[in-house]
Amino acid sequence: MITNATDLPVLKPFRLFSPLPACGERSPRVARRVRGIFHWRRATESPPHPDPLPASGERESAPPLTTTHAWLLIAALVLAVGIGQAAAAPAAPSVLATLIKWTPLLAQGFALNIAMSFLAMGIGTALGFALGLALISLHRPVRGVAWFLTEFFRNAPWLVLLFYCMLLLPFELRIGDTIIPLPGWMKSTLGLSLAVMANVAELVRGAVNSIPFGQWEASEALAFTRMQTLRMVILPQCIKRMTPPWMNLYAILTVGTPLTSVVGVSEAMTLTGDILAAENRSELLVPMYLYLLLWFFLYCYPIARFTVSLERRFQVR
Amino acid sequence: MINFTPLWDWFRTLHESTGVNLTIFYDPFDRARFFHGFLTSLRLMALCLVASVVIGVVGAWIQRSRVALLRALTQGYVQFFRNTPPLVQLYFFYFALGSYLKLTSPTGLPVPAVSNFTWAAIGLSLYAGAFNIEIFRAGIEAVPRETIEAAEALGYSRLKAYVYIILPLAFRISLPALNNNLVNLVKTTTIAYAIAVPEMLYVANQIWSDELNVPEMMNVLLIIYVSLVGLLVLIMGRWERAMRVPGYSPS
Amino acid sequence: MAWTPDQPLIRISDVHLSFGPVQVLNGISLDVMKGDVICIIGPSGAGKSTLLRCVNALVPIDRGSILVEGQEVHDAKLDKLALRRKVGMVFQQYNLFPHRTALDNIMMAPIHVLKRPRGEVEQEARALMRKVRLEDKEASYPGELSGGQQQRVAIARSLAMQPDVMLFDEVTAALDPETVKEVLVTIRELAEEGMTCMIVTHEMGFAREIADEIYFTDRGIVVEHGPPAEFFTSSRDPRTRQFLSQIL
Repeated sequence: MITNATDLPVLKPFRLFSPLPACGERSPRVARRVRGIFHWRRATESPPHPDPLPASGERESAPPLTTTHAWLLIAALVLAVGIGQAAAAPAAPSVLATLIKWTPLLAQGFALNIAMSFLAMGIGTALGFALGLALISLHRPVRGVAWFLTEFFRNAPWLVLLFYCMLLLPFELRIGDTIIPLPGWMKSTLGLSLAVMANVAELVRGAVNSIPFGQWEASEALAFTRMQTLRMVILPQCIKRMTPPWMNLYAILTVGTPLTSVVGVSEAMTLTGDILAAENRSELLVPMYLYLLLWFFLYCYPIARFTVSLERRFQVR
Repeated sequence: MINFTPLWDWFRTLHESTGVNLTIFYDPFDRARFFHGFLTSLRLMALCLVASVVIGVVGAWIQRSRVALLRALTQGYVQFFRNTPPLVQLYFFYFALGSYLKLTSPTGLPVPAVSNFTWAAIGLSLYAGAFNIEIFRAGIEAVPRETIEAAEALGYSRLKAYVYIILPLAFRISLPALNNNLVNLVKTTTIAYAIAVPEMLYVANQIWSDELNVPEMMNVLLIIYVSLVGLLVLIMGRWERAMRVPGYSPS
Repeated sequence: MAWTPDQPLIRISDVHLSFGPVQVLNGISLDVMKGDVICIIGPSGAGKSTLLRCVNALVPIDRGSILVEGQEVHDAKLDKLALRRKVGMVFQQYNLFPHRTALDNIMMAPIHVLKRPRGEVEQEARALMRKVRLEDKEASYPGELSGGQQQRVAIARSLAMQPDVMLFDEVTAALDPETVKEVLVTIRELAEEGMTCMIVTHEMGFAREIADEIYFTDRGIVVEHGPPAEFFTSSRDPRTRQFLSQIL
């Protein structure tokens, strides 16, 4: 009679191979034991088709923008600037000149956006990796806590997280005698990295689950320990699978950094508002915002194309 | 009518005994405005969910059009809205475009023709719609060619084939990604705060400015949002399972 | 009581195993002596692959005992490493590590698990590649190899642990007919060198050729067994005869 005492340690990887329920679903192929302590799987069966990676939703690449689009974009810009120019008071400097005048300041603000995105991505990925490993842990309480944290931070709207961090984190940390100031942008970055952490954890879990069961079996048969299996067989294969959705996450994070302007961080969005207030010319509204949108577009679109090419490359194995 | 007063009074005593100040429960004014904020959030979410799916379906159809200009326009729209910040998009709509759409009220003052709620709905629907177009496009492309050929051989017109054969299959294929996007949309509706739409976050901000109970309000907000989204995730998961075609896996 | 070669290398006694309501192994018993090549045949779902996995402690059993060189496999205090050194397994889906070259695949386990020095292991690995006739594919990745080549690398990988017995789980079932032969030739060479083998297979011709003993299992028990000559020509049990008539 199988009891916990006679359950072999060798079998532990196979216990966890009932993937954590995604969106409340239960894998129908894995028979659950009455006590719910471990999950059987037919050793001869191949595992149920693993969760597709939570990817950008693209299975094939989106058609790229073409020269038609470039012409349309130029046309739109010219139109916007032209209309603005037409509505401008004759004595005021041209819209284009104004845009150029404020570009250095905007660049500074944009640099802060990028810096925040890098930082948040770095911190979030590191934490998320650890959380992801906890999600596939063999110890139920660890898994449970990890699951809760992941779901919590995945389900929380980013703006609410930012508010939470801005308002409830102290403005400086006192550790012993040292005082570490926590400026607003740092607190916002921490808030964003929490969101990134949860998404990365989910990516890691999905990637590990998508590795064919046979890899675990073969490693077991060669007497690798679980840590060795993860380190040398499973995780190296996961890195490749995780990269496209991870880059996609970075793009989403980058277009999410303007949210920090709502909580008071002085980045590109805030500066745009300040510029518009300073100039106080209503004909600048459309060109200025379009200009800001263009900055983000020029940064994010190449990343998106690169991600698509990576996806394609990694699928043809 | 159920008498909730004892419940509200409990929160009042909670405040007096522990200092945990949840005025949204025991103060009728705060209660009312938070509830309205909640309803506004729900309305915004529901509106955007529906509109973005419609945009996705229609856009995916237009993307298969034979007219190159239409395809180019759709593609431009999709790439633009996917690679730019939704917040900036919203500001663009409300401040930039909104500045051109002004009516004169009876008092003679300029009044925006489109309310901020409407702009929020439009902006968010367009944003999520762009993603949906991509998702549906991928789903449609995943429908095997042979199936479409069979439909054509049976005499289905392009539109009929799209509606009766391709769309149902593509829908099921793209359901996981679609659910993911819809959940993200619900989370993104909070950015309407930035243009002063009186949804939950905005109202909570007003309340904690008045009552100075920031931690309590933040916690309540977090809990409500996480629960709402969690509920949506659950419902979507159920729906996904209900829509699953037994034994079907598109290669 | 130490094990000696006159006792069975593997002794499977009355093993029972069920997955939920399905009884997969229903009292299976069989003995494998050192140097024997035994083939297990039978209809699909008869638990043959499961049995192999029980011998290798990949799957626990409900009841019964499996002794490998006198050591009880389903003992809570089993030394996994010691068991896996003695028992090598080759899978139907090869399960090579796709992110490492063929040579790396073979070298990984002896280096990391057995902690043997790298130079030694590399020499042996190259010898093994020569043995399975793939010496020019050392730097290739599994994705660049054909199914038969991958399976031969998988065999070499298991051999690198220097096992006393090799388990083959329907290793040719996923291969094209042209490549089946090259794998069978490799297995035959191993058997001729004296390796103890437990082979689950559908290749009847191969089984007839190399087996010392053939076991026919159906619904989780051994229905009949015997040397190939007798087994294929004069089987006693009606189930066996029905199975053989369907496939031969």
